[in-house]
Amino acid sequence: MSTTALARPATAPAKLQRGLAFWLGALAIGIGLFLGLRGLGNDYAYFAGYFILQYVVLATAWNILGGYAGYVNFGAAGFMAAGAYTAIALRKATGLDLLPGIVAAGLVGGLLGLGTGYLTLRLKGVYFSIATLCLSVVLQTLVVNWDYVGGSRGAYVIRPQTIDPFTSYGEYLFIVMLVLAIGAVGIARAVENSRLGRGLQAIRDNERAAEAVGVPTLRLKLVATALCGALMAIAGAPLPYYSGYLNPEAAFSLAYAVNAIAMPLIGGAGTWAGPVIGAVLLGAMQQAATVTISSALNLFIVGWMLVVFVALAPRGILGWFRTRR
Amino acid sequence: MDPDLVLLLNGITSGLLLGGLYAAAACGLAVSFGMLDIVNIAHPALMVAGGFLVVVIGTALGLDPLLVAVLLALPFYLLGTGIYTVYHHFFERRGDEALQGLAFFFGVMFIIEVGLVMAFGPEQRFLDPPYAYVTWRLGEIDVPLRMLVPGLLAMAAIGALWLFLQRSFTGLAIAAVAQDAEALRLMAIDPVRIKRFAFGISIALAAVAGGALVVVQPVEPSSGQVFIGRVFAVCIMGGMGSLPGCILAAFVFGVVENVTATFYGPSWSPAVAFGWLLLVLAFRPQGLFGKAA
Repeated sequence: MSTTALARPATAPAKLQRGLAFWLGALAIGIGLFLGLRGLGNDYAYFAGYFILQYVVLATAWNILGGYAGYVNFGAAGFMAAGAYTAIALRKATGLDLLPGIVAAGLVGGLLGLGTGYLTLRLKGVYFSIATLCLSVVLQTLVVNWDYVGGSRGAYVIRPQTIDPFTSYGEYLFIVMLVLAIGAVGIARAVENSRLGRGLQAIRDNERAAEAVGVPTLRLKLVATALCGALMAIAGAPLPYYSGYLNPEAAFSLAYAVNAIAMPLIGGAGTWAGPVIGAVLLGAMQQAATVTISSALNLFIVGWMLVVFVALAPRGILGWFRTRR
Repeated sequence: MDPDLVLLLNGITSGLLLGGLYAAAACGLAVSFGMLDIVNIAHPALMVAGGFLVVVIGTALGLDPLLVAVLLALPFYLLGTGIYTVYHHFFERRGDEALQGLAFFFGVMFIIEVGLVMAFGPEQRFLDPPYAYVTWRLGEIDVPLRMLVPGLLAMAAIGALWLFLQRSFTGLAIAAVAQDAEALRLMAIDPVRIKRFAFGISIALAAVAGGALVVVQPVEPSSGQVFIGRVFAVCIMGGMGSLPGCILAAFVFGVVENVTATFYGPSWSPAVAFGWLLLVLAFRPQGLFGKAA
């Protein structure tokens, strides 16, 4: 099916060099973005930047399980909302702020992924997908009935105007998301080049054969599901701080689920760069379309793009540049 | 009688009636997902789209919603063959069902839902036939015709489908394609043609289920989401491709969900669907009535 699993075997120093180049490049892009937006000095630019970066994290998280192992997670909205509501509940219970909230969200999301995976991953892949599809609905039911975090009325998070070394809270959130995005992409890249990543790719290409040659398939899938769930929840944790108010309908919006799938598939699933390309492209397009046209129409466009791309370009945009075979 | 007992009996009765609706929604999936191995997660969305069309056409022409639903079955059959042709051409033929094919149906589901919001707005739509306000009383138990009539239509449709699958040559070919498509090819039957036909039938059943749905309750564009858990749970519990199993599972499911709603409040009922689905997947993936593979 895919030939990425047979990527050129790199010698150790070359691998180290490429790793160094990646991190230096990521650092340069990060600093460039920060300085560029500060130069712009526009609060909306931070807002839009955050919007795109949250999708970088979400799409990268989806790709770890969906792209490498071929297991489709439809529950991105559920995991993301789980992260957001963890942050809200933690703040309400202990008064702890955003950063501890992100850590807690990662733990909750990881456990949620592990639990869902443990119950369904021993079966065919579609059962896992169906279970994740329902997970969102059920988590939404739980949150709607949970008055402590606002129930169906929603919850307000009063965020401070400014926070110390930064010019505004919007800038602070943007920097946090930037760091998370770079971290997530770094993790995905590390997974891709590790034994875990190769094991997952073997599962995607032929699970039975992988099992036969001694790949511990269930364990690898569980690790990937937990990692995917944790990253998705982390992407959601700053959401209540970003919008100031969160209700279940917004947190569990199907837009997150469809974007989390569309972005990696359009960019090119199974590579660390694919989801980044897809997220930047689709995210920027949606920001532009929300401002200029209506938000329902731009979701409609995303749906059509997903269908057209998986039909006509199953390897995504990156696939165009890899004319192999 | 003891009021709690009356409540329980009424909960069971309306659960059984609700089960009729769930059977209608799930039997189409039993054909596509159970027999053809096509994971059509857009099935509930198509059902809701059918419901909306029933409301629009029924209101415009002043016809009974269930009659409109039966008339809609033919256009939906054609729509289904169209969807299958696309699916087969781009995914099944290439062996890309697992990832891309699933994403395709997810995209279709999403397009339908957003399209309905754009066309009709997010409000609820309904169309009440005259019998919707009639309730038969059998002693302490209420039997609303609003639930009974759609349930009977669903049973009739499933019965017709079952007879067709058991008796006709094409029906037997559908059962055969589920078991071994290659063997069918050796007998000079085109498995793709059979699958296209069967998938069309499953979508036609979605239209009938949509008609039943608008009689039972108002529909909104996002109604399909709650039904995903329900129909897949019913279909898997019923042993995938088995229609009698599907009906039985739908009744059990309707009763459990409705009794939960009666005693703990309706806002909890979606959680029942998922809880059941997870338990079934974890402990009896071959279904309640299926044999171990």
